[in-house]
Amino acid sequence: MSIVRVDADDRVPSRRASGDLDRAHSGGLVATGLRHAYQRLTVLDLDSFTVAPGDRHAIIGPNGAGKSTLLNILAGTTRTRTGTITYNGTVITRRGAGWRGRAGIGRTFQHPAVYPDLTVLDGVRIGGWHHRRHPERTPLELLELVGLTDYADYPAAALSHGHRRMLDLAVALAGQPRVLLLDEPAAGLTDTETGRLLQVLTGLPGWMAIVLVEHHMDVVAAVADWITVLHQGRRHTDGPADTVRADPAVAALYLGHGGDDAARR
Amino acid sequence: MSAFTHARTSDRIRLLLRRVLPWSAPVLAALGIAAVVAWPDTYLHATAARMFPLALLAVSVCVVTGHAGLPTLGQVAPYAAGAYTTAHLALHGVADAALHLLAAAAAGAMVAALVGVVLARYRGTVVLMLSLAVAELTTITASQWRTVSGGTDGLAGIPAPRLLPGLPPLLDDRAVLLYAAAVAATATAVAMRLLGGNRQLLLSAVRGNEARAAASGHRVTTYLWVVHAGAGAVAGIGGALLIHTHRWITPADVGFTSAALALLAVVIGGTASLPGAVVGAVMVLGVRDVVAVDLPGHAPLLLGALFVAAVYLLPGGLTALPARLRRSLRVLRPPANGPDTTAPHMSRRTS
Repeated sequence: MSIVRVDADDRVPSRRASGDLDRAHSGGLVATGLRHAYQRLTVLDLDSFTVAPGDRHAIIGPNGAGKSTLLNILAGTTRTRTGTITYNGTVITRRGAGWRGRAGIGRTFQHPAVYPDLTVLDGVRIGGWHHRRHPERTPLELLELVGLTDYADYPAAALSHGHRRMLDLAVALAGQPRVLLLDEPAAGLTDTETGRLLQVLTGLPGWMAIVLVEHHMDVVAAVADWITVLHQGRRHTDGPADTVRADPAVAALYLGHGGDDAARR
Repeated sequence: MSAFTHARTSDRIRLLLRRVLPWSAPVLAALGIAAVVAWPDTYLHATAARMFPLALLAVSVCVVTGHAGLPTLGQVAPYAAGAYTTAHLALHGVADAALHLLAAAAAGAMVAALVGVVLARYRGTVVLMLSLAVAELTTITASQWRTVSGGTDGLAGIPAPRLLPGLPPLLDDRAVLLYAAAVAATATAVAMRLLGGNRQLLLSAVRGNEARAAASGHRVTTYLWVVHAGAGAVAGIGGALLIHTHRWITPADVGFTSAALALLAVVIGGTASLPGAVVGAVMVLGVRDVVAVDLPGHAPLLLGALFVAAVYLLPGGLTALPARLRRSLRVLRPPANGPDTTAPHMSRRTS
């Protein structure tokens, strides 16, 4: 498949295979016409964004490209003023973060979000609260998965940064998401911790859709099969992971020169 | 060998303390009330009985501030609702104390539920400001709505309640004191019970990281609204006790002063401890109504001094005092060799 590159001013829809789009419309997450601005600064202007069941979709781009904003809008943390979001074929644009969480849209946070006063185990229990009667994995199994079993009784405030990231992930997984939104899960992790993270992410069930915002290209390479590059809130490049990673324009974007020129080549 | 036996003795003492300590507060409280009841001075009985309405208001504020995390001055609204409901029931010939308490709790919960629709959507200082407006509106409503409140003159000559239909009215100061203490203790215990276990866990999570809780599918605003309404029921019961212990009411009783005193009691008691709020309220009113009797006109000054002392000397309130004492004792003692010497950030939760 060829790369589709979108001009900064001309919003052409993403060229995902029509089969993927159909699957996203029936069982996944579809956002159309998203625009988000702080005062006059437009941080996100995206014609469409689709996540089909089983997708491993990475969003990359330089700082300020609108990646986290997109994730927050999908999770319901930030309300969008324009556009429509559907999930499983129903419109959820006006639904809050709590509703979306219960519906199966789970997320982790850019700054790992933990409950400082609760123990690690209790935090995971709170994450899986709505499935506590019939959990797919018990809280202890989840802690085992992310390697925090030894810390189960510790207050979350006592954890190191890397452990907090893993706890955030375990809490998100406890909610048994069908779409998992990960906001820079590898940021600030050591190599060992990143290895553990990759082990967890690649071991997730095939039906679970993952949207990954990440700067760490090794992680993107290991997890994603489709990459969307955002630049100044717009889609810059869109395509299968290998092709996009090999694209010199994307590398130029990351190195900080080229930018829009590279996009127009 | 001697060190070994020493350690075992200290372990045994620690075990004993762990079993006895949770009961020490209720036992001390009961002893305190018994001492006041045994005291021959009936003025003290009446004064002590009149502390319990404000104590329940403080418990209610503590639930909203410490457990829901919404700093509030607005719990005087359900307090007023409970008080005026009780007053009108009594004036219309309903004398049953249990009915008064039930009706007051329902009225308080309803008012708090209405106010909570707005308050539970906001956090922090905004809640404090909005609840200040609620407190002011309560006083204004109470003084303007003459048919209900009797205007600024208030309602006087409210008949005393009866514990059971056949019993004589609750007039004796000793009996009123015991009754008020029993109601306050029961309401506090029920509130503590309801805020324990899983609910405590959920509220602690919501206070700790609201965004994470919402992302995990928790209805954060609904939780806080329910807690706010439940705290309203406690405040309503406090309002009923206000009528039962005073038998008159003026708008000033349900105004900003009461709200501020309740918040001060919560600060002294420790924001998340309901018994702490009761003790705090007793201390505040003890300073105002007992200590200040000998220094006429200086009650506000003494309250101010109490507040400053509480903030500077008791960060975290009375409830944090045992832990602070333990820590300072540990500093005084030479460091022991053992699992206790691991880095502090690795210490396990002891509760």
